[in-house]
Amino acid sequence: MGTEVNSILPLLAVMVSAAVVPILASSRSANVREAWTFVAAFGKVGIVLAMLPHVLRGDKLSFEIAPVFPGVSLAFRVDAMGELFALVSSFLWIVTSAYSIGYMRGLKEHGQTRYYSYFALAMSSTMGVAFSANLLTLYVFYELLSFATYPLVTHHQDEEGRSAGRRYLTYIVGGSIGLVLPAMLVCYGSSQTLDFTPGGILANSGLSRFELGLLLFMFVFGFAKAAIMPFHSWLPAAMVAPTPVSALLHAVAVVKVGVFSILRVLVGIMGFELLLGQALGGILILVASVTIVGASLVALCQDGLKKMLAYSTVGQLSYIVLGASLLSENGLSGGLIHIATHAFGKITLFFCAGAIYVATGKQNISELNGIGRRMPLTMASFLIASMSIIGVPPTAGFLSKWLLITASVDSGRLEGLFVLLLSSLLSAGYLIPVVYRAFFLPQPEGEPTSVVAEWRSPCSIAAMVTSFGCLLMFLSPGLLLGLARKAAELYLGV
Amino acid sequence: MTSHLPALVVTVPLLTAFAAFAAGWLRPKLCFPVGLTGLGITAISSIWLLAEVLEAGTVTYELGRWPAPWGIVYVVDRLNGVVLAAISLCAFIQWISSRASVKSQFSDRIGAFYGLELLFVTGVMGITVTGDAFNLYVLLEIASITAYALIAMGGGRAPLSSLNYVFMGTIGACFYLLGVGYLYIMTGSLNMADLASILQGMRSSQAILVAFVIIIVGVWLKMGFFPLHGWLPNAYTHAPWPATTLIAPLMTKVMAYVMMRLVLFLFGPEYSFGVLGLKDVVVWWASLAVVAGSVIALSQKDLKRMITCIILIEIAYMVGGTFLGNRSGTTGAIFHLVNDVFMTLCVFLAVSSLAFRQRELDMDTMEGLFSEMPFTMGALVTGALSIVGVPPTCGFFSKWLLLKGALEAGHYEFMVALILSSLVCLVLFFRVFEAAYFGHGERSHGHHRMREAPLGMVVPLLVVAIGIVALGLMSGEVISSIIEPALPRGVL
Repeated sequence: MGTEVNSILPLLAVMVSAAVVPILASSRSANVREAWTFVAAFGKVGIVLAMLPHVLRGDKLSFEIAPVFPGVSLAFRVDAMGELFALVSSFLWIVTSAYSIGYMRGLKEHGQTRYYSYFALAMSSTMGVAFSANLLTLYVFYELLSFATYPLVTHHQDEEGRSAGRRYLTYIVGGSIGLVLPAMLVCYGSSQTLDFTPGGILANSGLSRFELGLLLFMFVFGFAKAAIMPFHSWLPAAMVAPTPVSALLHAVAVVKVGVFSILRVLVGIMGFELLLGQALGGILILVASVTIVGASLVALCQDGLKKMLAYSTVGQLSYIVLGASLLSENGLSGGLIHIATHAFGKITLFFCAGAIYVATGKQNISELNGIGRRMPLTMASFLIASMSIIGVPPTAGFLSKWLLITASVDSGRLEGLFVLLLSSLLSAGYLIPVVYRAFFLPQPEGEPTSVVAEWRSPCSIAAMVTSFGCLLMFLSPGLLLGLARKAAELYLGV
Repeated sequence: MTSHLPALVVTVPLLTAFAAFAAGWLRPKLCFPVGLTGLGITAISSIWLLAEVLEAGTVTYELGRWPAPWGIVYVVDRLNGVVLAAISLCAFIQWISSRASVKSQFSDRIGAFYGLELLFVTGVMGITVTGDAFNLYVLLEIASITAYALIAMGGGRAPLSSLNYVFMGTIGACFYLLGVGYLYIMTGSLNMADLASILQGMRSSQAILVAFVIIIVGVWLKMGFFPLHGWLPNAYTHAPWPATTLIAPLMTKVMAYVMMRLVLFLFGPEYSFGVLGLKDVVVWWASLAVVAGSVIALSQKDLKRMITCIILIEIAYMVGGTFLGNRSGTTGAIFHLVNDVFMTLCVFLAVSSLAFRQRELDMDTMEGLFSEMPFTMGALVTGALSIVGVPPTCGFFSKWLLLKGALEAGHYEFMVALILSSLVCLVLFFRVFEAAYFGHGERSHGHHRMREAPLGMVVPLLVVAIGIVALGLMSGEVISSIIEPALPRGVL
């Protein structure tokens, strides 16, 4: 196994976006703001990449900020799991920034200074979650992210935004203070540490099966960012936000932070062995399955494109939880890879939805007839991303779905297999009609037929870049698989 | 010189108070710098004193060189050392920040107002530093009477609220005095250390039990512990802003300190938690008080009144934490006391800056405040998050310890109350932030852009806000080197 190395890199990776916030907040010029956003975004990817060789070697970079309780300090530790998540979200931040510029300028949105500042802050929090060495640090950044994204979700500052913001905070902060905080206390009380440890920290805690189950539920539902039913309704409500914010919520940060936190707790706090021993995986599979199927069914009935995508996310997130609750190596790596593949797929879909909105002002699926002829490249990206979400080769989604399916079969969880296949069908059911309408149905009378200049729209270009990412990850999955295996190796010792 | 530090922290503000009165007649302009110097010296002395205590252990100072059980002694250990440092810093920061509003509200009575403020500081510093039960009563009266006067200097209903406070406060002080009388009759001593050692042999005495109960009830009344809080919301709400920002963070907290001193040291943990058998009842009662405070705070419309009611919740935390009787709970209560001084100061100063720019503080006039007064609102958000208990602000860490203590003691009702009240505080503050962020319906035509508060208010406010986060990050150090060693040996 690798060694633990003290390094300031994790701190830098977290702080680089927070450091530009004063510049962003004080600058009057849009160009300066956007330039600094890019500086921070590229800086962040650079630092995350600089840590990659260490992680692949198996070394852990760690940095302690401050000791707070005996046995617990605010500290970072970079391992394969965090690195994978950080790579995905920091790379997607660059693309999202480019997209934001096109979107926000195209619609002449107000309050752009605030927008870019909080976006940068949200990225810092996300990195913090990815690199947290223990549950307390994770909690700190998790909370920070909740508050940093509130002004983004409510960006329009209208009645709708107000109620969406309320719901957002109620679920997310309510969950974290009401459920995660006491659960964390119990963990600390019974083991005097909160470090993410291979094999978990609760093995010798002497908690009964009922108590462990209760803890598990407090974590899984308390991290409400993971949008497990019935704690999901903030996510569709938050669709009132500008599209790049939705992209942030769905792909780069928020929901991914939620599932990432759950994974961390499952492998580093509860420990797979303990969960296996107490037979607690099955009930988690049930919870995830209900969410997967339920959300997919709801998505089928949506007409609003963004709403439909939101429900699709709710379902897809539970894939990750499902993967982890199989309590096997393949399941965990499948779940981890799904964080990446779903991020790329879903962000493309949102980018397309936003590009369509900027170019034509259309938001509903029923209005999209013939749009493929006006925006062929955008809709082609939409098709690729849809395939990835459904899980069809040659797209990245196939990769994670394959691993998840293998894991279900290996661990004899045929209900998992069934749910995954059913969900593929359902997601085809809500995504393919959009593509069909766009390319095969005629445009309604009296609408402009001119082709949109997609090559000059940052929104469409961003969508193309990320859809290309969906293909690329399928063609050369080496890095992803390597990191996911490394993480599984580290935590499961296989 | 350093051996006189315990006396300095009381005499300096006292002498400065007279200087400020005099300056009020001769050169009113000098009042501010005189007080600033005095409070600066007090704050530096307190911090120095704390450093000394950390290094060399408890410092005892005999007033007039009269030896211990006969004369009055000032005793500084870790517990009151840290409280002294916190309240003197708080008074110093508040002094700088309130300059502009004192000038605009009390231009004709500047000397009187400043003099009273300094006397109030003398009182609370004295209460904290003294090691004599009767002397504590005297200083308590000094602090209370100046507080009554300061509150009554506000216009409108302030004199009436102050009168109400006078009645209730006097009852509280009388209870305390009566209890001390009982103790004196039984033991013949007023020195706290002396009392503590004599009381060890009198655990079964009924008179001591009565003394304990009436003293605690008196202190609770002064703290505003539910249901003895009736005087508090009116008094603090109707008081003029510069008085509120001084009294609200200090008075109730100092009384909470007195409670801890009496419960943990004078009567001792074995008596208070063991022999009496009242500990569980008090924790239950504190849980009830937390919930009641949350409900009361939720039902307030006025911003100043709302943040005043939050004090009720915080006080109940401290009572509950102290009476949990275990290490985590008591540590949490002490740490929360220190944190709460700064959290309350932060929130009150921020709201007073808003009030300084805008006379009427209701939800309708708050629209756009985030862009108009970004620093003030930023500090308010920090203070609010600390009260809610969001890391890395200091409020989280003390709440964590309180929760841990409740868990270990098996007082789940206290845990539930703590978490519930955190969520209630979140709702309370988010109502404000929402109103500021979204506006209440249509923006009124009469609305004029507000400017950020003057530099003299913003800078101290930001210092406090940053301090809250810094204290949170340093909490590990603070707890392990100051607060945990401050506990008496009997707390397990």
